[in-house]
Amino acid sequence: MGEQNDGQRFDRLPATPDERSVEGRVSREAVVDYFDDRFGIPPATFDDHTFWEKGAGKIWIYAGEAPTPLEIEAIGMTCLRTRQEHWKPTTDFVQRFGRHATDCVIELEREEARAFAAGEDQEIERWEGDWGYLIGAHDVAGDVEPLGIGLYVHGELRSMVPKGRQREL
Amino acid sequence: MEPLERYRPIIDDFDAFLEACERPLGNAVRINTIKTSVERALATLEEDGLEYEQADWNPRVLRLETDSPGSTWSSFHGFTHGQEEVSAVPPIVLDPQSGERVWDCCAAPGGKATQIAALMDDEGTVVANDNNLGRISALRFNAERLGATSLAVTNDDARNYSLNRFSFDEFDRALVDAPCSCEGTIRKNPDALDNWSEGHISSVAGIQKGILRRAIQATREGGTVVYSTCTFAPEENEAVVQHALENEPCRVVDFDLGLEYDPGLTEWDDETYDSTLERAARIYPHRNDTGGFFVAKLEVTA
Repeated sequence: MGEQNDGQRFDRLPATPDERSVEGRVSREAVVDYFDDRFGIPPATFDDHTFWEKGAGKIWIYAGEAPTPLEIEAIGMTCLRTRQEHWKPTTDFVQRFGRHATDCVIELEREEARAFAAGEDQEIERWEGDWGYLIGAHDVAGDVEPLGIGLYVHGELRSMVPKGRQREL
Repeated sequence: MEPLERYRPIIDDFDAFLEACERPLGNAVRINTIKTSVERALATLEEDGLEYEQADWNPRVLRLETDSPGSTWSSFHGFTHGQEEVSAVPPIVLDPQSGERVWDCCAAPGGKATQIAALMDDEGTVVANDNNLGRISALRFNAERLGATSLAVTNDDARNYSLNRFSFDEFDRALVDAPCSCEGTIRKNPDALDNWSEGHISSVAGIQKGILRRAIQATREGGTVVYSTCTFAPEENEAVVQHALENEPCRVVDFDLGLEYDPGLTEWDDETYDSTLERAARIYPHRNDTGGFFVAKLEVTA
């Protein structure tokens, strides 16, 4: 304990909370459990990936080899933000791994999917599951395909698709 | 088109070549198999009502009939990535395998680096480097959109690249898709030849030689280095490979490619090049109705 997160470099997440040396840093176990508990993504999905932190609470997922710590521009992709009380997966992570999810996936009709991809908020009354961050998905060529991350509160689904990824389709 | 006149002696059917260079190039996309299968990507395009034609040399490369290839469901999902047809050639010649360590020396904006990751099933390490920090953000954006988790992105000059930061000290393969005079992109960028000069060719050739030498040094014995440019100038192509042959342990090797191409040159102006340079490929716009490209495949011998 006592060490601070260094925002200039990548540090591999400790396997479990007991092994952490930086205060407040989440563990691999906590990240994998979160994806399992919240979205039903099987932990084995990530057997060939490591998790890293660069910038407080910004978690990256990586498939390659690297020593820790590492000072480079990027490894793999950002997958999760853990700084707030409610953790928030990224849209790119959800598009890459969200097809393994069984829970907290809200299936959208084509027009709803269009609004979601454009970054719009919309009223959706039919959702009876948990509030909070959901995976927005729709049918593509006969299969459910994740669109990105949304925030569901009070009957409204707010698209969290980042500006640079929003499209008018 | 004036600068291209110097290639009249080396290009067969030169008038057809010039005519092709004046025709604008259509849209092409590559199917990103990190996120979906070829079949599903095609079905998604069909659902979108888009017409496409699969390249006969590679089923993952499509010619697309649309004015806005970025505003389709297949693009939003990262199933497809806008990438010129010939630009998909170098990673295929590199032929990377799952689990390997691969270096893309000049990787931004990331079309080829993500293609390398896809060819490796996103398993292994793809070090995607670029010396231009401004272009690194485009590289990172594309890597994340396409779901490539095997990329490590660095921002350095490839000519004196250090592997000290990594836990390994050599690569299995390296791609040198070098900065060049871009003559072969004339169908996409009509102003590509506006600042053309022999002086520019000569100075960029110096950089190319430095990058290719470092790529060979950083690759293990028996490993593969692919050198490519999107230009026709022999000073930036055969002469650069010749320089590597004379200074680094390597040899030019054959490769299969389903595109029609012409062999590399063994002489230009007063220079002669090693006869094995005929194993390199010169891809001309009039042969396959594409942009122009040069590719050579090297094996590291020590």
